[in-house]
Amino acid sequence: MNKLKLIIKREFLAKVRNKSFIIMTILSPILMVGLMSLIVFLNIKNSEEQRTITYVDQSQLFSDTFIDTETTTYKDLTKLGIEAAKEATQSSGYYGLLFIPKKDTISAVEKAIEFYSEDAAGITIISGLETKIAKKIRNIKLKNLEIDLHKIKQSDTNVTILTSKFSGEKSSKIGSILKMIAGGGFGYLIFMFIIIYGTSVMRSVIEEKTNRIIEVIISSVKPFQLMLGKIIGNAFAGILQFIIWIISASLLLVVLAMVFGADMSALSTSSPAMSPEMIEQMKQSTEGNLTLVLQEIKNLPLVAMFFSFIFYFLGGYLIYSSIYAAIGAAVDSETDTQQFMMPVMLPLMIAIYVGFSVIENPQGSIAIGFSIFPLTSPIVMLMRIPFGVPFWQIAISMLLLILTFFAIVFFAAKIYRIGILMYGKKPTYKELFKWLRY
Amino acid sequence: MSNLLVVENIIKNFGDFRALNNVSIEVPEGSIFGLLGPNGAGKTTLIRIINQITMPDQGKVYLGGNELQPHDIQNIGYLPEERGLYKNMKVGEQAIYLAMLKGMTKAAAKSSLKYWFDKFDIGSWWNKKIQELSKGQAQKVQFVVTVMHKPKLLIFDEVFSGFDPINANIIRDEILQLRNEGATVIFSTHRMESVEELCDHIALINKADKILEGNLIEIKKQFKTNTFEIGLVTNTKEAIQKELAEKFEVSTANFKSLEDELKLNIKIEDTNAVPDLIQFLNSKGTLNHFIELIPSAHDIFVKAVKQSDNE
Repeated sequence: MNKLKLIIKREFLAKVRNKSFIIMTILSPILMVGLMSLIVFLNIKNSEEQRTITYVDQSQLFSDTFIDTETTTYKDLTKLGIEAAKEATQSSGYYGLLFIPKKDTISAVEKAIEFYSEDAAGITIISGLETKIAKKIRNIKLKNLEIDLHKIKQSDTNVTILTSKFSGEKSSKIGSILKMIAGGGFGYLIFMFIIIYGTSVMRSVIEEKTNRIIEVIISSVKPFQLMLGKIIGNAFAGILQFIIWIISASLLLVVLAMVFGADMSALSTSSPAMSPEMIEQMKQSTEGNLTLVLQEIKNLPLVAMFFSFIFYFLGGYLIYSSIYAAIGAAVDSETDTQQFMMPVMLPLMIAIYVGFSVIENPQGSIAIGFSIFPLTSPIVMLMRIPFGVPFWQIAISMLLLILTFFAIVFFAAKIYRIGILMYGKKPTYKELFKWLRY
Repeated sequence: MSNLLVVENIIKNFGDFRALNNVSIEVPEGSIFGLLGPNGAGKTTLIRIINQITMPDQGKVYLGGNELQPHDIQNIGYLPEERGLYKNMKVGEQAIYLAMLKGMTKAAAKSSLKYWFDKFDIGSWWNKKIQELSKGQAQKVQFVVTVMHKPKLLIFDEVFSGFDPINANIIRDEILQLRNEGATVIFSTHRMESVEELCDHIALINKADKILEGNLIEIKKQFKTNTFEIGLVTNTKEAIQKELAEKFEVSTANFKSLEDELKLNIKIEDTNAVPDLIQFLNSKGTLNHFIELIPSAHDIFVKAVKQSDNE
C-alpha cells in the first residue's frame, strides 16, 4: 500500500501547488466576506442617510404624528400653502413633500393624501408614512366610535403553540429552523464538494491521458490504485481547501466586524438564502433567548449527525468521483465530457431540489424514497437526519449506499482501466458497455 | 543461454476481437530481442501483458524462471510508444516519484538519477518543469526514467522516435551498454535498420499469430535463397548469360560499379556448386563482383507477412 500513499501524496501536492487552486483558496473567502461586508456596509450607509420630509397638513389632524427620528426630519410647511411648499421643498433639496388636503370626512382624507418628490419615492419611506398616518386615523376612528384604546390594548394576544413529539421530546419552531439549517447546510456542502472535486478528479485523469504518461504509470501500479489514489488525494486537497475557507472566512468576519463595529446579526439578515420569515424568527430567537437556541442545538442529534455526515460524505464522494474518473478515462479531452456529464449531474440536481422540499416535510414519502435511493441519499438523508429518521430507514439507506459503492467502483474501475489506454475517438455508451466485458 | 522471459500460449480477446492467438516467445538472457509486426498485429498487447497492464485470457508469462508476480514490475523498465510525463511537474521530483513507484527507495532513486543526469550532462534540468524542455529533451528524461531503477528486462516500443540522429546514437549506445552490463532488451519497432543493427533475436507477429521467431542469423539462413550477385567484365555478355540460364535461375542485377559489366543474380540449387560457378565465370572474363545475397530484416519481414497473409 506504499504506492497508494505515494500516489495520494503526488495527487495532493499536484492539486495544492496548482496556481488556480491557490488563487481560489485565497480569493474565495476574501470575495465572499468582501461581498457580505459590502452589503452590510451599504445597508449601514443607507440607513445612516439623513433626509428631510416636508408636509402640508391642511386637515390639521396630524400635528402630533410626525416626530423626528435619527434619520428623518419632518418640517411643517402648512402655513406656506401647497404651491409655495412644493417650491420650497424642491429648492432646498429636501427629500419630498407630503400633502394632506382638508376634506369633509376622515374617510375622504384617507384617499386624498399625496406625496411629491424629485424622483420616484422609495417604497420603504412611503410605507413608513402610510403606517404612521393609518395608525393616527385608526385612533381617531376608534375615538369617534367611542372605543377605549386601553381596552383594545389589553385584548392583544400572542399565541405560541408548544409542539412536542409523542415520545415527550419537546420541539419548537427555533429547533425546526436550526434543523433545516443544519440539514440543508450539510447536504449542500456535500453537493458542492462532489461537483468541485469530482470534476477535479476527472480533469486530472484527462490530463494523464493527454500527457501520455498514463501507460508509464500503470506499468508500475495497478490502474485501480491510481484511480483510488487520485480520488483520495483530491479529497484531501478539497478538505484542506474547505478548512482554510472556513477558518479564514470566520477570521475575516471577526476582523471586519471589529472594524465596522457592525452587529453580527446584521449579516444574517442580508443572507439571501433565508426567507424573511426565517430571519424574523431568527431575530426573535436571538433577541428573545440565546440560551434557548443553545438548548435547541444541544437537543439536535449531534452525534448521529456527525457520523452520518462522515458516512454519507465519504459514500457520496467516492461513488461520484469514481464515475467522474471513469468519464475522464473514456474521453480524450474535456470538451468530450458533456454527453456523459448530464446523467451524473441529474441525480445530484434532483437531490438538491428534493432536499429543499424535504426539509419542509421530512417524513413524507418523497423524502423517504430519495433518502434511500443511493445516488441521492448522501444529500437527502443528511437533510432529514436532524429531524429524526427511523433506524430501519437509515440502515437500508446505508446498506444500499455501500452496495452501490462497490458496484459503481467495480464498473468505473473497469471502464477506467480500458479507457485510459484508448486514444483518438470518443466512445459511445454502447462501446463503454462493451468495455465492461473485456 | 537461459531464457529470461518466456511467454507461453497467450490468448487475449477484446470482445469478439482476438488480439493474440496462442502466442509464445522466448527471450534469451542478455539478448536484444526484436518484437516485430505490422501495425495492429498485437505487439503492444503482448508488451502490455508482459508489463501486467493487461491480463491474458489464457497462457502464462515467466520471468527468470518464475511465473510473473506483481512485484516483478520493478524488474522491468518499459518505454511505451504513447509516452509522456507530467508537464507541470519538476524533472527531478517526477523521475524520483516514478522510480519510487517502481519500488526504489528515495535515496536510491536520487543517486541513480544523479548518475544518469551526470552521464547525459543534463543536471541543470533537475528543477525545470517538463513543459520548459523541448520534445527531444523530454524524451531523454523519459529514457532515464525507464532505465534508472536498473531493471533486468527493458522493453522499448519505438525508442528512437522523437530523437534526432545524434541523440538516437547516444541512446543506442546506452542500450548496448545496458545490455553488456547484463540487461535483456525487447525492442519493438518498425525501423528495420535498427533491427538489423541491434537485434540478435527476433519474433514476428502478424494478425495475432506469431509467424516467426529465433536467432536473427539463423532466420536469415533459413530465408536465404542461395542467390549470388555477380559482376563479370566480358565481351560476350549475351552468350554467357544464355549459357548460365541453362543451368541456373538467372535475372538481371542492379548494383553500382565502375566497369561496364554483366550484372546478374544467379540462384543455385546446391551450394556445393559454388566453386564450379566461380571457376566457370573466371574462365569467361574478369570476375570483380561475387556476393551472396543475404536477406535483410526488411525482406524477411515483408516476405513472412505476405506469406502468412496468403495462407
